[in-house]
Amino acid sequence: LSSDTITVETSIPFTGHNIDPPSRTVETSANELMTFFKDMAEMRRMEIAADSLYKAKLIRGFCHLYDGQEAVAIGMEAAITKKDCIITAYRDHCLFLGRGGGLYESFAELMGRKNGCSKGKGGSMHFYKKESGFYGGHGIVGAQVPLGIGLAFAQKYSKEEHVTFAMYGDGAANQGQLFEALNMAALWDLPAILVCENNHYGMGTAEWRAAKSPAYYKRGDYVPGLKVDGMDALAVKQACKFAKEHALKNGPIILEMDTYRYHGHSMSDPGSTYRTRDEISGVRQERDPIERIRKLILAHDIATEKELKDIEKEKRKVVDEAIAKAKESPMPDPSELFTNVYVKGFGVEAFGADRKEVRTTLP
Amino acid sequence: KEMTVRDALNSALDEEMSADPKVFIMGEEVGEYQGAYKISKGLLDKYGPERVIDTPITEAGFTGIGVGAAYYGLKPIVEFMTFNFSMQAIDHIINSAAKSNYMSAGQISVPIVFRGPNGAAAGVGAQHSQCYAAWYGACPGLKVLAPYSSEDARGLLKAAIRDPDPVVFLENELLYGESFPVSAESLDSSFCLPIGKAKIEREGKDVTITAFSKMVGYALKAAEILAKEGISAEVINLRSIRPLDRPAINASVRKTNRLVTVEEGFPQHGVGAEISASVVEESFEYLDAPVERISGADVPMPYAANLERMAVPQVEDIVRAAKRACYRAAKSVPMAATA
Repeated sequence: LSSDTITVETSIPFTGHNIDPPSRTVETSANELMTFFKDMAEMRRMEIAADSLYKAKLIRGFCHLYDGQEAVAIGMEAAITKKDCIITAYRDHCLFLGRGGGLYESFAELMGRKNGCSKGKGGSMHFYKKESGFYGGHGIVGAQVPLGIGLAFAQKYSKEEHVTFAMYGDGAANQGQLFEALNMAALWDLPAILVCENNHYGMGTAEWRAAKSPAYYKRGDYVPGLKVDGMDALAVKQACKFAKEHALKNGPIILEMDTYRYHGHSMSDPGSTYRTRDEISGVRQERDPIERIRKLILAHDIATEKELKDIEKEKRKVVDEAIAKAKESPMPDPSELFTNVYVKGFGVEAFGADRKEVRTTLP
Repeated sequence: KEMTVRDALNSALDEEMSADPKVFIMGEEVGEYQGAYKISKGLLDKYGPERVIDTPITEAGFTGIGVGAAYYGLKPIVEFMTFNFSMQAIDHIINSAAKSNYMSAGQISVPIVFRGPNGAAAGVGAQHSQCYAAWYGACPGLKVLAPYSSEDARGLLKAAIRDPDPVVFLENELLYGESFPVSAESLDSSFCLPIGKAKIEREGKDVTITAFSKMVGYALKAAEILAKEGISAEVINLRSIRPLDRPAINASVRKTNRLVTVEEGFPQHGVGAEISASVVEESFEYLDAPVERISGADVPMPYAANLERMAVPQVEDIVRAAKRACYRAAKSVPMAATA
């Protein structure tokens, strides 16, 4: 595969708020387009498999799927390094994969097994990969934004030329603490990029029912913003590269990614009471992020239709193998109940449900 | 030599900031104003605005930023002007700070200190007079410390800043100006007190009195009065609310066979309730009398001076309860509710 430059126009122009938007012309390569295709195919397959595992009762509790939004994770990773940080809410599986996380530890975590990325103690909403700058995986809507701005604070404090991407949905975009933290990020010129993944529904509430102004890229007022087609991985890449340069020089910026989730909010939501099936199938037909890349690959004769189908088949196999292996992973040892409560437990006694029966000293 | 609690806290902050460049302090008025209660006085001049950070009045925002910075490996000290305002940020203290190390199976540790004055001040009404020891003490993943004396303040704050876990550090506004004798050892910059260990402030053999923060002083005064009446009270300064030094408390009760718990907070589900449960579970057969609880009244703090006095424990309350535990009290007639 070639790394020669291919020049592509983004689907639509960027719209700027208090800033001149970057050019629509994006540079890519055969190599990059094929990587995008493979990685997104893997993400898509992973989420569809998670849906089945949930329905088979192998995944418990909450499970929020990312299919439809893959271009955001993929395009962002193409523009940044693992020294840059990412923090997100509960829809975190694919961002973990994007940071280099594996399918095996993902599925093991989803099924609450010992070999999960959080040793089975976090679950679907709490994936982390600190060594490559992924700080979770947070369950309280909006709380991850101040936390992300805190990461950016630490990057600046440590005099490093890295940035943090704090991801949130259109639902979280109305949380007060987002504006509190953004104010400080702007006051202190922190290298923070707020990424609003606007999938147009906060759970079942359409954006216009929750936000007086659903133009989220403008909601930072004094903070510049950019509206991006979040279904176009190359547009996302261009926007993130632009945002990183901006944030290092000038402080925070908001990127509103216009995206879409095919699944319901979580597994208890069929996703069809507050939107029409036509709307969903319309997005699949006209804006699907994987199909966009497939068309580009075919148009530039980088691979044949059959080769791409084979890649998808291969990803299906890789995912199935990871699931089979994850099912073999044992449940966490009961002793893990009391580990990691503290870094330093001082050997203090801790109790189980019946303290006369279960008590231990904290490591 | 004597030192005020304020100077003890200030010198502990100064020494730890000097020792570790990752330590910084943020909060409302910590810098140019020199601290609402002057605990951070002089630090801005010495360490500059990059490490002494004045924030806007946005607790949820700056607490979240502090916790995020701790995820990255810095050691933030977040000052709440009073702990009452920490309610705006309690989600970050509990969900973002206390649980992350566990949820991530040890990947994301959170070395942060949340500190500020806690409990009732004087004449500031219900929203500014509340003890959070039981609230934060209920949460696994947090460590909760409450100093009484200047040595406590220095040794525990230094321990909190050096600790790799999130620590809630509950000071008391009314103690800031009080002076206590300090040992030469406690003035050394290496001085540090162990987290999770109570201190026997006064040895005794007839009744154990547990207290923390300002109430330790009240308990000591009560012990003096009791001594004059021939009752030898042992006063335990808890120092650490979580971990709670159950072994020290139970050892003392096994010696004295009687227990009075003292706290300023609300009675229901309070620190005293937890201590009482621990003693009933571990040392039931040693008890010669029912456990006595002295606590704040079960009401929001009133403003009027006479009502406020009734809403917080007084020395005579502790004396009376200790005598009751020793079967030395005159039969008291409960005050009738007149509502």
